[in-house]
Amino acid sequence: MNILSLFVIIPVLTITGIVLVKDVKRTKLVAAIGMGIQLIMSAVLIFLYLSQRRAGNTDEMLFVSNVLWFKSLNIAYAVGVDGISVAMIGLTSIVVFAGIFASWEVEFLRKEFFISLILLATGVFGFFISIDLFTMFLFYELAVIPMYLLIGIWGTGPKDYSAMKLTLMLMGGSALLLVGLLGIYFNSAPGGGKLTFNILEISKVTMPMSAQRLFFPLTFVGFGVLGALFPFHTWSPDGHASAPTAVSMLHAGVLMKLGGYGAFRVAIFLMPQAAKELSWIFIILTSISVVYGAFGAIVQKDLKYINAYSSVSHCGLVLFAVLMMNKTAMDGAIIQMISHGLMTALFFALIGMIYGRTHTRMINEMGGLMKVIPFLSVCYVIAGLASLGLPGLSGFVAEMTIFVGAFQHTDTFHRVVTIMAISSIVITAVYILRVVAILLLGPSTNEHYDHLKDAKWYERVSAVTLIGSVAAIGLAPFWLSSMIGVSLQPIVDRIMAIIPM
Amino acid sequence: MSLDNLLIMRHELLLTLAALLVLSAEIFTGPHGKKQIGIFSVILFALITAAGFLPVKYGTLFGGMYVASATTVLMKNIINIGALLVFVQSVSWLGKEENRERISEYFILLISTLAGMNFMISSGHFLMFYIGIELATIPVAALSAYDRYRNTSAEAGIKLILSSALSSGILIYGLSMIYGTTGTLYFAEIQKVFTGNNLQVLGFIFFFAGMAFKISIVPFHLWTADVYEGSPVNITSYLSVISKGSAVFIFMIILFTVFPVIMGSWQKTIYVTSVLTMTIGNLFAIRQQNIKRFLAFSSISQAGYILLGLIGGNQLGMASVIYYVLVYIFSNLGAFGVVAAISNASGKENISDYNGLYHTNPRLSLIMTLSLFSLAGIPPVAGFFGKFFLFTAAAQKGFYLLVLIAVLNTIISLYYYLLVVKAMFINKCDTPIGTFRSDSLTRIALLACVAGIFAMGFASVIFELIRNLSYGV
Repeated sequence: MNILSLFVIIPVLTITGIVLVKDVKRTKLVAAIGMGIQLIMSAVLIFLYLSQRRAGNTDEMLFVSNVLWFKSLNIAYAVGVDGISVAMIGLTSIVVFAGIFASWEVEFLRKEFFISLILLATGVFGFFISIDLFTMFLFYELAVIPMYLLIGIWGTGPKDYSAMKLTLMLMGGSALLLVGLLGIYFNSAPGGGKLTFNILEISKVTMPMSAQRLFFPLTFVGFGVLGALFPFHTWSPDGHASAPTAVSMLHAGVLMKLGGYGAFRVAIFLMPQAAKELSWIFIILTSISVVYGAFGAIVQKDLKYINAYSSVSHCGLVLFAVLMMNKTAMDGAIIQMISHGLMTALFFALIGMIYGRTHTRMINEMGGLMKVIPFLSVCYVIAGLASLGLPGLSGFVAEMTIFVGAFQHTDTFHRVVTIMAISSIVITAVYILRVVAILLLGPSTNEHYDHLKDAKWYERVSAVTLIGSVAAIGLAPFWLSSMIGVSLQPIVDRIMAIIPM
Repeated sequence: MSLDNLLIMRHELLLTLAALLVLSAEIFTGPHGKKQIGIFSVILFALITAAGFLPVKYGTLFGGMYVASATTVLMKNIINIGALLVFVQSVSWLGKEENRERISEYFILLISTLAGMNFMISSGHFLMFYIGIELATIPVAALSAYDRYRNTSAEAGIKLILSSALSSGILIYGLSMIYGTTGTLYFAEIQKVFTGNNLQVLGFIFFFAGMAFKISIVPFHLWTADVYEGSPVNITSYLSVISKGSAVFIFMIILFTVFPVIMGSWQKTIYVTSVLTMTIGNLFAIRQQNIKRFLAFSSISQAGYILLGLIGGNQLGMASVIYYVLVYIFSNLGAFGVVAAISNASGKENISDYNGLYHTNPRLSLIMTLSLFSLAGIPPVAGFFGKFFLFTAAAQKGFYLLVLIAVLNTIISLYYYLLVVKAMFINKCDTPIGTFRSDSLTRIALLACVAGIFAMGFASVIFELIRNLSYGV
């Protein structure tokens, strides 16, 4: 049994456990144990992966397993990981684990909630371990449908509208992606030979340019819709704001990274020539995402909307960095995926906890919460500082690497868009500090909130897990970037070999 | 007739025998034995379905008019599986007081249409094809009018028989043109002398129109919504799945074997009609309130997707069409099974009546959701694989724009399928349909549909088997 398949089997077993458990109160326990095992598994995987690399294994992908599924179409259940996937799997396990504890108080249809949440996680884990395009696409679509039920049943605000808009737009992205994947498949053997869906094999051939020019935009936009590419990001603010806490955490923290990871692993890796040629269009769109998302966050009054637009901005930065196509920027992109994933999960968790106490998310209805709920407020401040890129926390490492990498391009166009993207740091500072000032600091403005209870044990578990990870990456980023860098090297080599820089 | 010849025709002969047996059962049972006829017919048909899977000889009969090859036997077995599910689902509805007296007529008519479809699929001669198609259509019109206590049922029957008559007339007019210009009606011989001159293309257009009526392709779909809404639920499910599926099969066979010369023409025709069918089917489904009408328009758009498998004329295309019809059988019969169960228990057929169904009947809601997701093409259920293979078949021949239009239509269809899911899971309702327990046969049928929906996707052997038996132009 391949160790990687365990990442899909354990969630399925957890779901079975939840279905079978008689006492509804035990559901939370089963879910927590299941995802706790998953978290331990991902730590084990990181350890095994690093020991394999230290032993001198220089294969592109490790723990590869290839089971032929549909012989006539050469579709296989193919799994494998490299440093990047391992890091993403680690991120997902941490966020899911934190999300389970952030949902400790869900009462209505509790079993169904946890089943949908873990089904979502299954799709995400499956996506990160797959190296066959069909299997990847299957898990990608699997991750979208539970969102509809999660937002529609347990959400708040305009949940029906948000759920439908989110589902249809994300499926629209996967529609474009499907056409792109079929195009890649039918062009995967330009010199004759067997057509294949396997990423590693396709990466060894060069697709004809006419096909690349058609299918790169389709694939990139297909993944970009999930990764908040302007102008396809509009599902994000309403979707995140209406979703329940754990769902927002998982969605902004992990699902949006599926878009960035997919754009990198499929669109750019398999079609680098078209990526180089057409990158300018998408660089413009992504830098608009970065700046527009940040400006959008400034005018919002609802905490969740602020965070949602912030996610649009940061995820746009991931796509921006990936399009720069040099080692430093791509390194930064992946660190940004992980850093922002943890950060935004932390934000949404804290917002959920504050909302659970004050029953409002409007910042001008609350004030001076630092004196009332100090633990949560301090966590919020730390999260905010990470988001605006304070050195010592992970946001700084990621953004610094991205901008250094982007600036390595010497032509005017790249320099100008890099400067535009860097300006988003300032805008981010504005909206983050504005919230901290109004919400947390100063005198208490509403005496109803003077008697709020501070964080309970499960909320502390949730917050501390995430803050710990953010700080670890911020203070000692070398363990993460070395793991990623080793895996990035063959990819970048391939891109450099094909494209004269 | 030697034993070999009998065995070649075994599907049709067994069906005829079954019809006679049910007729005898009708004669020899009194008024209180009627319910047994239902169980008897189901068991009989289950035996026939099983017998269909026995490996026997392939060959041709009647000088080539009747063809039994591995592909046609596969198609007939698929149709039989679907019909068996319809049979099993019908029993509980037929057990009701008002439906019980003519129960044997129901089964005899249904078996007759099936025999007609089997003849149609196995045809090697246009006359056999026409006999099959007529035998398949006329009893169904009688079945549509089965429910004597509802005007809509009679309306459905009349609409079906009149529009079928017109389309059959057009069909045979086209066939007569082809006969006039080629001098023969045997498929194999027409292919050799077919030149594709104008009169033959005109004949082909009329043939296409006749078949498009049966498959409910736009713009020949106008009968579908009213007939599906008026007919009893089980006949609707039969029409939407079996009738459509068998028409698609024989249409595909004739396109690939008789008309390959004018492939350019029929590809263009199918391109335009499939875009129209998918789009109009999806757009009209959004506004529907009645669940049967809703599923009618959804099945119109499904026919549009199936045309994508046909357009390439490749082996993968035929394989994907046959596979998709099988997936479609399980998904649609699952959805209609739930509709039938709810209709039998409460008489309610509007989508707004399904509000809050999850809280009273969670398992039925779940089965409905899985079936709708399979129809929409969402993983991990089989509909995803079916749609993926259809799109792959079209993409193999370079029809990428058509695939793009098809996937965008999938998004529209997801919207209206989610409306039903929303009604069941999310909408609040003070008086939802009460909890009820369906009888065991209905539950067996629904479980079989769910098992089929899951197994079809993950068990790749089914698709590989179908592909090995397919052929291209």
